[in-house]
Amino acid sequence: MSVETSLIRTLIAERFGGEIEELGFSHGVHAFASPPDMIVELCQFLKGHPTLRFDFLSDICGVDHYPETLRYEVVYHLYSLPNKWRVRIKCRLGDPPRVPSVTGVWRTANWHEREAWDMYGIRFEGHPDLRRIYMWEGFEGFPQRKDFPLRGYKDTLNPFGAEGPPPTQPDLATKDIP
Amino acid sequence: MTEVTELSRPAGEALDTKEVLLNLGPQHPSTHGVLRLVLELDGEYVARVDPHIGYLHRGTEKLAESFTYTQIFPLTDRLDYLCPPSNNLAFALAVEKLLGIEAPIRAQYIRVLMAELARISGHLLITGALPMDLGAMTALIYAMREREMVMDLLEMISGARMHTSFCRVGGVREDLPDGFFPKIREFCDIFPNRIRDYERLVENNRVFLKRTQGIGVISAEDGIDLGLSGPNLRASGVDWDIRRDEPYEIYDRLAFNVITRDEGDCYARWRCRVEEMRESVRIIEQCLDQMPEGPFQIDMPTIAFPVNKDKVHCSMEALIQHFDLSAYGFKVPKGEVYSAIEAPKGELGFYIISDGSQKPFRMKVRAPSFVNLQGLFGVSNARYLADMIAVLGSLDPVMAEVDK
Repeated sequence: MSVETSLIRTLIAERFGGEIEELGFSHGVHAFASPPDMIVELCQFLKGHPTLRFDFLSDICGVDHYPETLRYEVVYHLYSLPNKWRVRIKCRLGDPPRVPSVTGVWRTANWHEREAWDMYGIRFEGHPDLRRIYMWEGFEGFPQRKDFPLRGYKDTLNPFGAEGPPPTQPDLATKDIP
Repeated sequence: MTEVTELSRPAGEALDTKEVLLNLGPQHPSTHGVLRLVLELDGEYVARVDPHIGYLHRGTEKLAESFTYTQIFPLTDRLDYLCPPSNNLAFALAVEKLLGIEAPIRAQYIRVLMAELARISGHLLITGALPMDLGAMTALIYAMREREMVMDLLEMISGARMHTSFCRVGGVREDLPDGFFPKIREFCDIFPNRIRDYERLVENNRVFLKRTQGIGVISAEDGIDLGLSGPNLRASGVDWDIRRDEPYEIYDRLAFNVITRDEGDCYARWRCRVEEMRESVRIIEQCLDQMPEGPFQIDMPTIAFPVNKDKVHCSMEALIQHFDLSAYGFKVPKGEVYSAIEAPKGELGFYIISDGSQKPFRMKVRAPSFVNLQGLFGVSNARYLADMIAVLGSLDPVMAEVDK
C-alpha cells in the first residue's frame, strides 16, 4: 500500500462517498469497483482532477464470469501521465449487459468498446458507432463468451464446429442500437 | 465565341459534385497487411475514413483461455510478428508478477537484449517501408540488409528467425550460444553507421520531405485522447517511455535517452524511430558489458524445467514434478495483473485474470497497434488521399497485432 493509494482513495471517497468500493493495491495498480451508472462521472472525475490527472485510457476489457448472476464485467485501465500511476476500475453487469459509454471522456474508448461489444455483447449506451469490429456484420453470437464453443458452431463453412444453435437471441443484433 | 459559352457552365451555378467511396485495401501494398480503409472522397480530399479491421483475427485471447501458460508464448509471438521477443517478455512479466517470482539477473539481461534487437528489427522495417510507400525504394533494400543481420542474431540465440518463443516464465529457454558476443559486437560497431546511411538516403530526398513534413500532424492532446503510445506519441512531444517511467527488468540500470520530437507530423514519427534505433544499440552494448554470469532460469522445478536433468533421473519427486509440469503445466495463484512494457509500437499490456488453475481465466492484450491505428481519426480529415498513405505508414500498425 503506497502513499498515492490513500490519496486516491480519500479523493474518491470525498467526491462519491461509499459508492465506489476500494479493492486494494496490487502489482502496481490501484483497483476500484464502480456501479455501472457512475462510471462516466467517475472517469470524468479521475481525468479532470488537478492532482490525480488520469488522462490516458490504456485499455477497456470485457470479462464473462459465466455462470455467475452478475455475469459480465467491464474493466478500465487508466494511466496518469504526469504522476505515473495506474488505476483499474471494475464494473459488474447483469444480463443483458449495459453500461454507459466513456467515448465522451476519451476518444480512444471508441474501438475498445466496439471490441467488447463484438466479443462479449456488452452494450455501451451512447457510443456513436457501436458496430462489430473483428467479426463480420451478420455474425451471430459473441465469440469470447464462455458459453461460445472454441471452434464455433457447425455450419456449411465450419464442419468441425460444435452442434447446436448460437446462444444469442436476435434481439441483441446490432440494428437495435439507438 | 458563342460556342464556347454554350459549352461552359452557366455563371453563378456550382458544378455538380458527388462524394466517392473508395476502398483502399484489404490488399494494398501501403496498408502493410490486410487493412481495408473505406474512404469517402470529396474530389482529391478525404472527407471521412472508416478502417475495417479483423481480416487477420485469430482469436488469440479466446485461444489463450484453453492453453497453459507456457503454451501461450507461441501465440504472443504472432501478435507483432516483427518483434516477437518483446511480446514474449510482456507476457512472461505478467505471469511472473502473478506468481510473485523474478527471473535471474542474467535472464533479464538476455531478455532485454533480445527485446532491443526486436525493436531494431521492427523500426528498421518502417524506416525503409515509409519511404518506399512514398516512392523512394532504395531505403527499404538497405534496411532489409541490416534487418537480416538482426534475424541472424536472433536465429543464433533461439534457432528461429522470427517466432523465437525464447522467453519462459522464470527465465529464458537456454543460455546465449558460444560465439554470440563477437557477432553482436560486430553488429553494434557496424549498425550506427548504417543508420547514418538511411538518414542520408532520405534527408535530401525532397519528395519524401515534402510528403511527410507538416503532413498528418497529431497534437499532444489529441494523441493522448486517442490513446497513442510509443514513438507515435513521443513524436508529438509527450515525454513518456515505460522503460524509464515504470522500469521493468533491468532497465533502471541502463542509461538511454527518450527520444521526443515536437512537430507531431509523419516525418517526426519516422525520425523518432530512427533515433530510437541508436539508443537501442547503446542499450545492447551496455547489456553486453554488464551481463553477469549465472543461471538463466529460475530454480523452481514446479515452474521451470530443470537445467540439469540428472536429478529427474534418480529422484522420484523430481521425476513427478517434471512429468506434472510437462503434462499439465503449472498453477498460477488466483488474482489479476495488468503489466505493460514499452514494445516497439508502444504500450503493450497484458491483463491476466487467473482463477488458480493452469490456464488463464481471461487474457486481454492491450495491443499498441490496435490503438495507434485510431490515430487516423486525429489527422485524416480534409487531407489529400496521397497523404493518407504517408499517415498510415508513419503510424506503423502491424495488422497481426491490430487483429489479435
